[in-house]
Amino acid sequence: MIELTINNKQHKLDLPDDMPLLWALRDIVKLTGSKYGCGKGLCGACTVHMDGIAVRSCVMPISAVKGKSITTIEGLSENIDHPVQKAWLEINVPQCGYCQSGQIMSAASLLASNDSPSDDDIDQAMSGNLCRCGTYPRIRSAIHLAAKLAKEVK
Amino acid sequence: MSFLTKIGQVPTDEQIFNSNNDDLANEDAGKTTSCRIENVSRRSFLKVSGLASSSLVIGVQLASVQTVSAAKSGSSDFAPDVFISMDKRGTVTIICHRSEMGQGIRSSLPMLVADEMECDWQRVIVEQGLGDAKYGSQNTDGSRSVRRFYTRLKEAGATARTMLQTAAAQVWKVKPTQVEIYNHQAKLKSSSKTLDFSQLVEIAATLPVPDKKTLKLKKESEHRYVGKDTMPNIDGEAIVSGKAIYGFDVELEQMKYAVIARPPVLFGKVKSFDATEALKVPGVVKIVEMPTLTPPAVFKMLGGIAVIAENTWAALQARDKLKITWDHGDNANYNTKKYEQEFVKALKNPPHTARSRGNWEDAKTAADKIISRNYYVAGIAHATMEPPAATARISKDGVDVWTCTQTPQSAQSTAMGVMKIPKEKASSVKINVTLLGGGFGRKSKPDYIAEAVFLANETKMPIKVQWTREDEIKHGYYHSPSYQELSASFDKEQRSTGWYHGMVNHPIGSTFNPAAKEAGAAELGQTDMPFDIPNIKITNGESETSLRIGWVRSVTNINNVFAVSSFADELAVESNKDPKDYLLSLIGKDQFIDLAKDKAKYSNYGESNEQYPIDTSRLKNVINVVAKDANWGKKLPKGHGIGIAAHRSFCSYVATVVEVSSREGKIQIEKVYYAVDAGKVINPDRVRSQMEGAAIFSTSLAYYGEITADKGIVDQSNFHDYELARIGQVPVIEVNIIKNDHPPAGVGEPGVPPFAPALCNAIYNATGKRYRRLPLKQYGIV
Ligand code: FES
Ligand code: FES
Repeated sequence: MIELTINNKQHKLDLPDDMPLLWALRDIVKLTGSKYGCGKGLCGACTVHMDGIAVRSCVMPISAVKGKSITTIEGLSENIDHPVQKAWLEINVPQCGYCQSGQIMSAASLLASNDSPSDDDIDQAMSGNLCRCGTYPRIRSAIHLAAKLAKEVK
Repeated sequence: MSFLTKIGQVPTDEQIFNSNNDDLANEDAGKTTSCRIENVSRRSFLKVSGLASSSLVIGVQLASVQTVSAAKSGSSDFAPDVFISMDKRGTVTIICHRSEMGQGIRSSLPMLVADEMECDWQRVIVEQGLGDAKYGSQNTDGSRSVRRFYTRLKEAGATARTMLQTAAAQVWKVKPTQVEIYNHQAKLKSSSKTLDFSQLVEIAATLPVPDKKTLKLKKESEHRYVGKDTMPNIDGEAIVSGKAIYGFDVELEQMKYAVIARPPVLFGKVKSFDATEALKVPGVVKIVEMPTLTPPAVFKMLGGIAVIAENTWAALQARDKLKITWDHGDNANYNTKKYEQEFVKALKNPPHTARSRGNWEDAKTAADKIISRNYYVAGIAHATMEPPAATARISKDGVDVWTCTQTPQSAQSTAMGVMKIPKEKASSVKINVTLLGGGFGRKSKPDYIAEAVFLANETKMPIKVQWTREDEIKHGYYHSPSYQELSASFDKEQRSTGWYHGMVNHPIGSTFNPAAKEAGAAELGQTDMPFDIPNIKITNGESETSLRIGWVRSVTNINNVFAVSSFADELAVESNKDPKDYLLSLIGKDQFIDLAKDKAKYSNYGESNEQYPIDTSRLKNVINVVAKDANWGKKLPKGHGIGIAAHRSFCSYVATVVEVSSREGKIQIEKVYYAVDAGKVINPDRVRSQMEGAAIFSTSLAYYGEITADKGIVDQSNFHDYELARIGQVPVIEVNIIKNDHPPAGVGEPGVPPFAPALCNAIYNATGKRYRRLPLKQYGIV
């Protein structure tokens, strides 16, 4: 039995140790906001926060998150008002949207550790997140905007 | 009509069952038949559409009479393509019958209706239409959705508005002209009286539909949503909160998860298998042998062994533990390298002439100088961020499918084929279209839907089939590699006198007919080459393939325009001319190019030549605009280079300038400029995002795009060996949308073709090195 917190809720899951967190979230807990893109840590579509840090849930065995606190895109904010979400809507970032949960979780984690990232910081932090539709320039602008919005809130 | 002449579109139902050509005929007929609109508030088939609780329902029939009669055999005699409905609270629901895959169609099509109807956008809901013959063709490809429906959707909105206006006039006992409609309200002129749409809906529902001739459509300047930059994406909030549902996300009661071990070689089969170890994995429910695939591939299942499990992880684990002995079959000798040599041979004496003007052979003989080059573009995969996925449930009432598909109707006929359901029972097969995590042409091919339906039927359980990334890369419908030879002849005065272009690729026809050999979709970017040269010869060779072929976003324009626009740049350099000026001079005078005069077969993206001519003045205009935006001719920093290319595709004109730098042998893209003339634009922000996306999509294909195969088995498998561009490789992209009144044209694809040649022209400008083969990865410069 693996105990962990997902979006502030306690869960007890009886799963094989090696099941990646992604499939536990999607198939067992039925939180489908975190996406499958590669299953190998290559695309970032499955990004969630583990104790506030962005991790790739597709390569994170469930046994490794025992006792941890997981936040998924569904738990990022109550009312779609996290600065990153607000900036994303303002700049109209998503195209197909499939990669965007992962992009947003990576961006939120970046901003949590760096409140005014440069373009280079952004390129570094976001390099693990692929977007086939090509929303990168808007992601960059939206992260700058989110940084500003976050400061206004403070 | 053969499907090969209907380009940009993947063949639909008729290719599978060879039953009839309704769909294509309807698409064409739809252009000329007028839009039929009915007040269907009281009609019986509303329950089918789930709109029964609404008060006012307007059905709009966009397609042709044939569609009506096709649907007649079903439950109703009027088959609307689009429904507009309003409930008692005044909430307007617009059914979008096309698939959303990032191009913004779920916002753009309803915007047209809502603007014309004078809705408050906050009170509009967009619902996704089921796959159903009643919608006419729902094929979302060929960048055609807006092109086809602009006027008709405006008429639909105006119809609803006029009815609401009449309703208000009845309440106030005045003439309709005394009533103004604005933002979900009727206002009585010269008074402060207003009525909300919700107060008018019941009366409006009883009114006859006004004659189309009496409708007053809004002028461009009166639009409040159409053409405005401030429209939010209808699915934006659902996406950023993780609530949007894609094909991969469908969950049903009692549903099981399936993954399939497919034959590594196309048309290979299972010789024997041992599932003992696989069945030991906890959570595994069942192992099912899939039917063996026989040619042609069409959209049929690939075969192999399926694992059904309680969750994806169990299914994946068990699939790894299957012991399968494959019979690889006849295709096990396919090798990409070998086929490149075959391509070269195929152009020694190509048997098909696609276009000819004057006499190229004579021009060649008389020439003072001849310049010849050849180009090669590797095969590529779609690599949609969301791999294919479909969920199916069989019940006594029929088949329900939830899936990410570009072609809901071909999904429907595929499901019917698997279940052997006759045409009359089509309505028992429901295709629920989810959002698509990217399409690019892959999701117009419903093989994965066939798998889900087959497994749901075999197991009598609801089944979700999920393709892993490896499945998607290794078992795709590939954009064919192509090899091209170009020659140009010049007289003593350095004037160009002749143009020769030979091209060969693996024909898409082979996916549908094993005997098809002629290179496919030559007309896109090869036949419609816009240069004004007195002698032209355009030819195609033949080849065979052992892979499934299916075009990627923008079809063969990718390969053809790479060759043509690279060659034009080479000619400029050879002639010591500025590439932009030289390009303009090659295009020559303002004219509408008439390809029929050059004995060319040209379907013009399914549009009429009168409405959508090949207009060289518009092509030159985008070149001039992009050059100005990029400050063409400016002094560049050391190690920088700049390149240009332009092309008309999907009836839009697009020019691109790319600026690169070269440092220590590595290329970095510094800046990208686009000028796009797509005629009337509904949603400028989405046009801009499509161009940004096209630049990045093209960066991926120019840098990395390469599918190779050895012994019939595709070598690549995931993003480590099938790489895509990442954020650090992408610069600022500036898009200039040219405003004009031409009929609306496609925007999803035309941003792709000019990018790769503009990039390589820029690299030449920066480094003096000419790269004639894509991807660039092979040269170690990216
Ligand atoms: S799915 Fe986890 S990184 Fe791609
Ligand atoms: S928005 Fe489609 S993959 Fe990123």
